[in-house]
Amino acid sequence: MSTALVIAAHGSHKNPGSSTPAFEHADRIRETGAFDEVRETFWKEEPSFREVLRTVDADEVYVVPLFISEGYFTEEVIPRELRLEGWKPELWDSDGTSADTAVLTAADTGQTVHYCGPVGTHDAMSDVIIQRAKSVTDDPSVGEGFGLAVVGHGTRRNENSAKAIEYHADRIRATDRFDEVQALFMDEDPEIDDVTEYVETENIVVVPLFISDGFHTQEDIPEDMGLTDDYRTGYDVPETVDGHDIWYSGAVGTEPLLADVVLERADDAGAELDGAHAQIRERTETTADEPPTAGLR
Amino acid sequence: MTAYVDALVETAPDGVSFDGLTVEFDGAYTYRTPEVELTGLSEPELRELATGSPHVTNWYFWHAVAPQKDDRWAFLRWLEGDDPVPERYDRLEAGRSTEWGQLHITVRLDGDGDRRYRLSHVDDAGADALERYDDPLDARELATYADDGDYRPLKTAPTLRTGWVFPDLGPEELIETVDFFYPATITNWHQERRGELDVSHWRETMARQTGMYGVIETWDRGEGHEHVEWVAESCCRDSQCLKRRVWQYDDETDLGTPGGDGPFPCREPCSLVVTAARRFTKLDAEQAQTYEFELTPSEKEQLEALVDAVADGEVDGVRDADLSDGANRFRARFLRARRFDDEGNLSGQPTEK
Repeated sequence: MSTALVIAAHGSHKNPGSSTPAFEHADRIRETGAFDEVRETFWKEEPSFREVLRTVDADEVYVVPLFISEGYFTEEVIPRELRLEGWKPELWDSDGTSADTAVLTAADTGQTVHYCGPVGTHDAMSDVIIQRAKSVTDDPSVGEGFGLAVVGHGTRRNENSAKAIEYHADRIRATDRFDEVQALFMDEDPEIDDVTEYVETENIVVVPLFISDGFHTQEDIPEDMGLTDDYRTGYDVPETVDGHDIWYSGAVGTEPLLADVVLERADDAGAELDGAHAQIRERTETTADEPPTAGLR
Repeated sequence: MTAYVDALVETAPDGVSFDGLTVEFDGAYTYRTPEVELTGLSEPELRELATGSPHVTNWYFWHAVAPQKDDRWAFLRWLEGDDPVPERYDRLEAGRSTEWGQLHITVRLDGDGDRRYRLSHVDDAGADALERYDDPLDARELATYADDGDYRPLKTAPTLRTGWVFPDLGPEELIETVDFFYPATITNWHQERRGELDVSHWRETMARQTGMYGVIETWDRGEGHEHVEWVAESCCRDSQCLKRRVWQYDDETDLGTPGGDGPFPCREPCSLVVTAARRFTKLDAEQAQTYEFELTPSEKEQLEALVDAVADGEVDGVRDADLSDGANRFRARFLRARRFDDEGNLSGQPTEK
């Protein structure tokens, strides 16, 4: 039985870079050969969620949403547009950060679809945030003497949006790797504008939990934090703000290790991946003496 | 010994019948083509006949080399036409070309019946000195920007960039590359040919929308479908999108706006149409007001020319010194200086909402 992996992302009518992480993670997984086919699909680009399944040959398809939180897109839009018969969010039995997988049939193609929770709420996402901190500081053992701020969009319309951010902040805090770990938001308290008030350490790594770099991660957040008055003039990494050195990483979704979270989702759903995990981790993870979240899992 | 001959001998007991070739086995082999019919053959005799036979290499390509998914297979068959095999091979030696939107595809033979495909922009069909690509994945980047560097959010917009060529793709690679340039067009074309295309018309598509797009449904007030004609005229004509629109207002109400002439169908309003329709819904909900403007006849015509130039994407083509064109920049600046007040109001008339 042939299998396909479909990576479902938002995409954009305006920002050509929005689809880049989906393409790059798809390519990393293609290279492992774990699936007969790998295809990207987008809400705002093509192939659309409505038409992606008919473009793959496989009878068995693993669909992994490249989204940060569980909510409108993962629970309503994607399953509706894929025409997954009998879908209801209860099939994931999630508390907002614990979605797993549901096996459904696509009404138009008859394919068996393993519909997975989004990458953003998978436990392995904590590793990617830490890897992002390592990448931006160029220090595989980063932690001591550093605070970490995990930044989310936050929205009052969807409480799960903040939950995903807090979930990973809590998990990383529990490792005691960083001196402090704080969840901050663009649109609700505690706000990213006051990062230097919420985090006491001199060095602060700021990792935005967004899939793609775009207006929020490249313009709003740097300006909100005071890294720059005008994003067009740029800023340094680290940049000094109120006596703190801020190491701003840009969207976590562009971190190569995120491809491994996509695989984790498919793995949890029963896909046979052979050595794909190890291949991806070997290529994308910087390791110090200790594995990043040793003891977490 | 060649693989296609082995395959033929192996398959003969099940019977082979394809594109004019028939091979059977009942103790001895029968070999039949439109040109010859031989019975009572031994295996060595069959092997000798099969070696180098276009009929046999053709059968082998379509059963062992070409992708077997129905739509991919049908598309590749369509690319080379349905002439009898010897004539088809003659044409494929020279290369047979087809246009697919702005893609130009040439299939040719490459020894022992293997097919190779060249893919370029239609404007580059005969061009040399193109940038060479071999990896289908590169089509994603090529499809992202137009020649002027603008982002192309709609893959089937008639703005595909030029200057590149995939000169030597295998059958599976060709399908993959075309699908990156024009996603899902092959499969929808195939479904339409089989009479199985699942069309989602305007009304059901808009009724399905939720969130910020839920408002579009309110535009359908049971007072006709003129507004959908405007949408199709604005977004879906061939000048804007090369898919042939087959969705209509609903199952019973066709739109009068031409759907286009391209080979591949558009089976439902796309995300760009939905996004545009949300804006149009809001704009169309405004009440018309009466304004009084003073314009010379030439100024009125100039406003019309300006709208036409923007709508037809012709602004960049207006020459700086062509003052006879209403969309000329100096003419537009003159109109603004002459007729707009300091707040930018036409004829000093404030916009009342």
